[in-house]
Amino acid sequence: MSARRVRWELTLLAYLAAGLMFFPIFWLFLTGFKSEAEAIAIPPRLFFPPTLESIQEALTRSDYGAHFLNSVISALGSTLLALLLAVPAAYAMAFYPTPRTQGTLLWMISTKMMPPVGVIIPVYLIFRDLRWLDNVWALALMYTVMNLPVVVWTLYAYFREVPHEIMEAARVDGASTAQEMLRVLLPVSGPAIASAALLSIILAWNETFWSLNLTAAQASPLSVYVASFKTAEGLFWAKMSAASMIAILPVLVMGWLAQRQLVRGLTFGAIK
Amino acid sequence: MTHSPPLRRYSLRPNTFWLLAPAILLLVVWTQIPFVLTIYHSFRRFNLLNPERQGFVGLENFHSQLTDPIFWTAVQNTLVLVGSVLAITVLLGLVLAVLFYQDFPGRALARTLVISPFFVMPVVSALIWKNMLMHPVYGLFAWIAQRLGQEPIDWLATYPMQSIVLMVSWQWTPFAMLLILTGLQSLSKEQLEAAKIDGANAWQEFRYIIVPHLAQTLSVVVMLETIFLLTIFAEIYASTSGGPGLATTTLPYLIYLKAFGEYRIGVAAAGAVFAVILANIVAIFVLRMIGRNLQGGRT
Repeated sequence: MSARRVRWELTLLAYLAAGLMFFPIFWLFLTGFKSEAEAIAIPPRLFFPPTLESIQEALTRSDYGAHFLNSVISALGSTLLALLLAVPAAYAMAFYPTPRTQGTLLWMISTKMMPPVGVIIPVYLIFRDLRWLDNVWALALMYTVMNLPVVVWTLYAYFREVPHEIMEAARVDGASTAQEMLRVLLPVSGPAIASAALLSIILAWNETFWSLNLTAAQASPLSVYVASFKTAEGLFWAKMSAASMIAILPVLVMGWLAQRQLVRGLTFGAIK
Repeated sequence: MTHSPPLRRYSLRPNTFWLLAPAILLLVVWTQIPFVLTIYHSFRRFNLLNPERQGFVGLENFHSQLTDPIFWTAVQNTLVLVGSVLAITVLLGLVLAVLFYQDFPGRALARTLVISPFFVMPVVSALIWKNMLMHPVYGLFAWIAQRLGQEPIDWLATYPMQSIVLMVSWQWTPFAMLLILTGLQSLSKEQLEAAKIDGANAWQEFRYIIVPHLAQTLSVVVMLETIFLLTIFAEIYASTSGGPGLATTTLPYLIYLKAFGEYRIGVAAAGAVFAVILANIVAIFVLRMIGRNLQGGRT
């Protein structure tokens, strides 16, 4: 076997693997463009007159919009808040490390290793007593806590590579700490902030455990809405697929864009 | 690449306390305090439906958990799930990573397709598999089975744990692959070239250069995945609800049932303490690994 032939076969194998892995998503998208009758047709149809009916139906149901909005608020709100807290923290640790910095960083990740079931009961009781159950902002706060360590680590890893001389110069010129962060650090860390934000949005958007337990009709995001289809029999597959498709599409696209940064963020920089 | 930055001159040091305090405070308030409260509840009798009747019961909750066969079934299911998914995803992830390490036309696109399952909301993934693929009447697998002259299988009823393992592996293989691929790409091409010149065949190259190089990456993959997999919830909630019977009831799902199905807070808390201990055993290894990396001056 010549070397070229091996390459050709490996390429085919790689495409085959890609097709197999992507197939369930492809199938979901396909079903989203079917009518209910087409969706459960046997034999399954690969070619059919595509319709936007199911997507329209999913979108025009008023509660779908509300769930979508809840997802947006909880994912974006938590990400914004996490950045607000993480930028100063990562800045401090990256540029002014103390002997305790490493311990602090490790402690921060250690909070990610706590399984949610380990704290759900008190959190639930506290939310109940504060009347925070079914409140989308409270859910966003929960997501902030969930993602804060990841955001701090992503930013920290990046800030460490920013040349210190820039910061030093500003400081000598009499810039305050806030000015230093806002005027000097932020403009050069766009990519880092973007990737930390993407990662945080993805994790919050797909989260299910907290949202299921802490929200009801008012504040529930898409994950909870989609879960309500879990007992749906054949009649609702097209609608279920359409709703699911719109729910996963934003994150799928973000994930595609953030592939590389994701490895860093999810492994806390342990693999490069 | 970077070395530890030199310590700033003292006079130029900002007061970093106020920069760090908000983040640390929030994490303490929402992670450490609730866990202490979980421990507190685990020693108490507390049923949400009957809130007047509470008080300390010592180790009774732990005793009732540890002597309950359901609890041990859940622990066993958890370990089976984590173990099988780990074995499948690491192996498959390794194969895919080696495959995608090669340069071929359209690699970026194909890689994007391969890693997509990782971004699918776990609930959606459960619904795709449960309804559209594994459904015994309308599912694609049933149709394929019929075309092949086989009886369609009701996957989730007949092979519940295997089905969950398949579903979860589909989601987590991309994670393993992505990490291993990243690890592979830091392998120097020169080293592979040198081995080739020395007459190493593909298998020897893989066995003696690639695998040792990946040792650290693989251990990170195994440990991180273990932590994530120990907390799998949405997939089970949306597909089998822990059934049939107890076949797919894992520890997180059991705690959820005790707390929000039966409102037995004390018993659920005792289970939660056990889940945290289990996760911590894993976490200690992870932290040690990441800490060692940090020590190396790189992040």
